[in-house]
Amino acid sequence: MGELHDAGSYGHGFRRAYAKGVCVSGWFDASGDASHLSRAAVFHEQHVPVIGRFALAVGQPYAPDSAVTVRSMALRLMPPDAPEWRTGMNDPPVLPLRDARDVSDFFASQQIDPATGKPDPARMKAFGMTHPWLKSAADENTHRFVSSGFADDTFHSLDSFVLVAADGTRTAVRWAMIPMQSVEPGDGKTGDRDYLFRKLIGDIHDHPLQWHLVITVAGAHDVINDPSQIWAQDDQTVDAGTLTLNSIESEEGGPCTGITFDPLILPPGIQPSDDPILQVRSAVYMRSFSLRSGEKRSPSAVTPSLIQTSEGRKS
Amino acid sequence: MSCMASFPLLSRVLHWLMAIMILAMLFIGLFMASSVGPNYHRLVTLHRPLGIAILVLAILRLGNRLRSSVQPLPDDMPRLLRWAATASHLLLYGLMIALPLVGWGMLSAGGFPIPLWGQSVLLPSILPHNPVLWSWLRSAHSVLAFALFGLVLAHIGAALFHGLIRRDSVLRSMI
Repeated sequence: MGELHDAGSYGHGFRRAYAKGVCVSGWFDASGDASHLSRAAVFHEQHVPVIGRFALAVGQPYAPDSAVTVRSMALRLMPPDAPEWRTGMNDPPVLPLRDARDVSDFFASQQIDPATGKPDPARMKAFGMTHPWLKSAADENTHRFVSSGFADDTFHSLDSFVLVAADGTRTAVRWAMIPMQSVEPGDGKTGDRDYLFRKLIGDIHDHPLQWHLVITVAGAHDVINDPSQIWAQDDQTVDAGTLTLNSIESEEGGPCTGITFDPLILPPGIQPSDDPILQVRSAVYMRSFSLRSGEKRSPSAVTPSLIQTSEGRKS
Repeated sequence: MSCMASFPLLSRVLHWLMAIMILAMLFIGLFMASSVGPNYHRLVTLHRPLGIAILVLAILRLGNRLRSSVQPLPDDMPRLLRWAATASHLLLYGLMIALPLVGWGMLSAGGFPIPLWGQSVLLPSILPHNPVLWSWLRSAHSVLAFALFGLVLAHIGAALFHGLIRRDSVLRSMI
């Protein structure tokens, strides 16, 4: 937590990371194609209610939107008759961090230099030099395709999980939300500080946004316990169902504000893998949630009026 | 030296069983709250059912204590120590019951599902979803846990004081 704070987290009632965000809601319809892999209700049922949050991976909740900032989609899927599932996904395909030590070293390297107000480039470079095992993941993410916004972005589970079938069969997987909207490359040239959120609000008011939940089954050579390792391209994939998001609200009073998207909140049928980053995320999110919930919070950058303005323009 | 009868077997079994559970629980809590390491999830998964078990046993034990006669302390004990003994036992009972309830309540207020056993057996919420309350209870849980830690140390110190320094029958009555 201390390292996150020193790396420029804002605090004051906001999430310590992914501070700038917006609440969304909708539902998930299972295709049934993943029902043989997992007994989780979400893979069997239709119209499972979903609350979600789109966010930028920034410590500062008023930071200007930027095309290169990592985007996240977090979801809480709540079947009426079964335990809920929470998941937090990012748009880069891999996480260039292997374990708790890497996470701590990384945020230490991102510490804000009081003289410049920015992380010290020498420290960031040194982190790269001393963590050569993360190089391929970092390169993969640097050269990733960046889409025009949240609606046409693909979001990855990063960590691996284990699906458990009704007969007890265990399958190591990762998953991704693949947009059904047409994908455009982002140009990122804009004077609007909130252009990504403004675009998302417009898109969702225009028509419901949809994603396929595509599960990738680990192949023989895929590394399960290390999210910085890329999986083989020819792995078997399963389309588990369709996510539909048709409503958007500001975090001011929105349904995604008072919860944490702890990736270890899993229903029967989905279990954590031995990926150590999952435990780091779970522990850190809980502490962030406890700290921010006790603080007085200033308004979110994505205000209710920003959302209403777009709605008003449409009608 | 005054002679004190032993406590009933049930009282002694409950005492030592809970002593082991509470000590384990305090260290599990301490390690999980300060760790992001590979055993974090395992510790959290153990913390919840162990806490509920302590809550159930503590309530049983309170009932047992109220029903059964308590051995009086030796006559020659100073009044201040008698008062301290009574107060610390009241606090011990209070914390054994309050800590699990605060833990359960804080997860309820935080909007968490509360798995008791595996992923299928969930505890119901006992408080409304309220993040401010969650944060407050989360802090209270830590403060009360450290208070219990201190009280347990004082309790052990007092038992050794009876057994090794005063050499009265109090420690023996619990063994």
